[in-house]
Amino acid sequence: MPSSESIRELIASCVRQTGAPISALRKIVETHGCIEDEHIHIVSDVFNLSRADVRGIVSFYADLRTTPRGRMHIRICQAEACQSLGARALTKEVSRSLGLQIGETGENHEFSLEGVYCLGLCASGPNAMVNDRIIVRATRDDLLT
Amino acid sequence: MSRALVPHETLANALGADDLARGLQASGYEIVRTGSFGLAWLEPLVVIDSEAYGPVRNLDTLDDVTLGSIESLPAITGQQRIIFDRCGRIDPFDYDPAWLLGQLTRDPRETIAEIKASGLRGRGGAGFPAHIKWQTVFDTLAPQKYIVVNADEGDSGTFADRLIMEGDPFRLIEGMMLAGHATGADKGIVYLRSEYPLAAEIFARAIDKAKALGLLDTFDIDLFIGAGAYICGEETSLLESLEGKRGEVRTKPPLPAVAGLFGQPTLVHNVITLCSVPGILDMGGAAYAEIGVGASTGTIPFQLAGNVKRGGLYEMPFGVTLRELIEDWGAGTLSGRPLGAAQVGGPLGAYLFESDLDTPLTYEDTAKLGAGIGHGGVVVFDDSVDMTEQAHYAFAFCAHESCGKCTPCRVGAVRGKEAVARLVTGEYTHDQLEVIADLCDVMEQASLCQMGGMTPIPVRSALGIK
Repeated sequence: MPSSESIRELIASCVRQTGAPISALRKIVETHGCIEDEHIHIVSDVFNLSRADVRGIVSFYADLRTTPRGRMHIRICQAEACQSLGARALTKEVSRSLGLQIGETGENHEFSLEGVYCLGLCASGPNAMVNDRIIVRATRDDLLT
Repeated sequence: MSRALVPHETLANALGADDLARGLQASGYEIVRTGSFGLAWLEPLVVIDSEAYGPVRNLDTLDDVTLGSIESLPAITGQQRIIFDRCGRIDPFDYDPAWLLGQLTRDPRETIAEIKASGLRGRGGAGFPAHIKWQTVFDTLAPQKYIVVNADEGDSGTFADRLIMEGDPFRLIEGMMLAGHATGADKGIVYLRSEYPLAAEIFARAIDKAKALGLLDTFDIDLFIGAGAYICGEETSLLESLEGKRGEVRTKPPLPAVAGLFGQPTLVHNVITLCSVPGILDMGGAAYAEIGVGASTGTIPFQLAGNVKRGGLYEMPFGVTLRELIEDWGAGTLSGRPLGAAQVGGPLGAYLFESDLDTPLTYEDTAKLGAGIGHGGVVVFDDSVDMTEQAHYAFAFCAHESCGKCTPCRVGAVRGKEAVARLVTGEYTHDQLEVIADLCDVMEQASLCQMGGMTPIPVRSALGIK
């Protein structure tokens, strides 16, 4: 757990930027994996917002997660273009193989499964991401091996 | 030395373009990493001394995928590329600012007059005449004015913003600076979705390059990365988000052109609207207005996606029919099965069917069908599509992405989802189609923004509700 000082240092550069609290919270997710209660206190202090305001921001945006993701973080596009190419069946297959529903993380944090709404690769679906790697024309095996 | 153009673009990279570039370099080619031409079905598309090859899976089998000269490839020459004319051909960072600097010496009123003459309408979905916004921002006196670019391209089936930002970021910088000069704004902000990391990296590098060229001494450009919210593509939600808040939509009026970001006059445009501006000023507004049909002037990058053989981006004049797009350009469904439906204009667009295919794609003709062009996305489904499932998804997506500010959208989407589910189970006493039709009327008329207001469009078209 990084110290409160290191979190303050991390987000200090955001202060004068456009949309500052969102960028600060994004930085915390990028470096720490997720946003915890302590971070909310720090962000509210740095940006002179109430803690309720900060929680409101966190709960609004999908990227500002409050639970850590798995070591293998699998995101499958759920939007129409990927649906037309079998994303629903792919999601079911992967979900069954992992024993996880969309939005769940496995007990040992090995895998997490999430839906994503469009990666902008809509002519080559179904699309998915494993951590930061993009997989087009994805199959179950592509995602799990 | 032979020169090879290899795309550095998200799709091409996912299909191995980086390895191809390394391989070609090792074989002694001079490599230029370009954007994509947009022909997704040919990616990775490599051009070696103007000969095109694609899709290139492996350098050993290059001769099996030869396409002839890139200058005579029908999938490109058949388009009318004004916005995307450079995309795919150039090194995105190799920019000569001479033309732009010349345009920036014009009288702002003259520039606005050209935009008015061109008939340019917003390419983000609303189709609102651009010059009215420009004139309003110009006329409103304020200490600070902003150009805000909506690059929160969340519609499924669309990727035009991504392709231009990855392949020709200076086209957007040109559009922003020309708009800033014309309206009196000296600060521009691009709101880019977080799902496009490569576009972010390339655009940030282009900003640095523009600074090095001295272009940004009098105009500032900032890049903001969103945090995963479809609703932030709605302009007032986007402005809230840029102010660091929850992206809850604002009531209008005041219009953003009068009181937008931090209460200041703000010109909010989609990426493609602004990227249309350099072409308009280059050829003249009147010449641009000759392209297209009626009040749908100019070109729009159609994005053909989903279950289609030759998916990709095709920039064309308005007026091409859906049939031409899907059957001629797209070569039909990827599965080879008959067409089931095509959703035009993103998740809030209508599902159209075989009998609608001869509709010319213009703002007016699609409106007659109760549909719209949106951001130019066309998602093709084969006949295995279950339209009830698609109607359920339309409500479910709205429920997932609703900002929650107004009741018709926040509650209506959830109730709609439940009603469609009951259609499937048959567990109901009242006619559920009637319930859904009624709910659609309420959402359409009483929602604050188009999220709730347009969700009825895919629902009604999918279920055949008039």
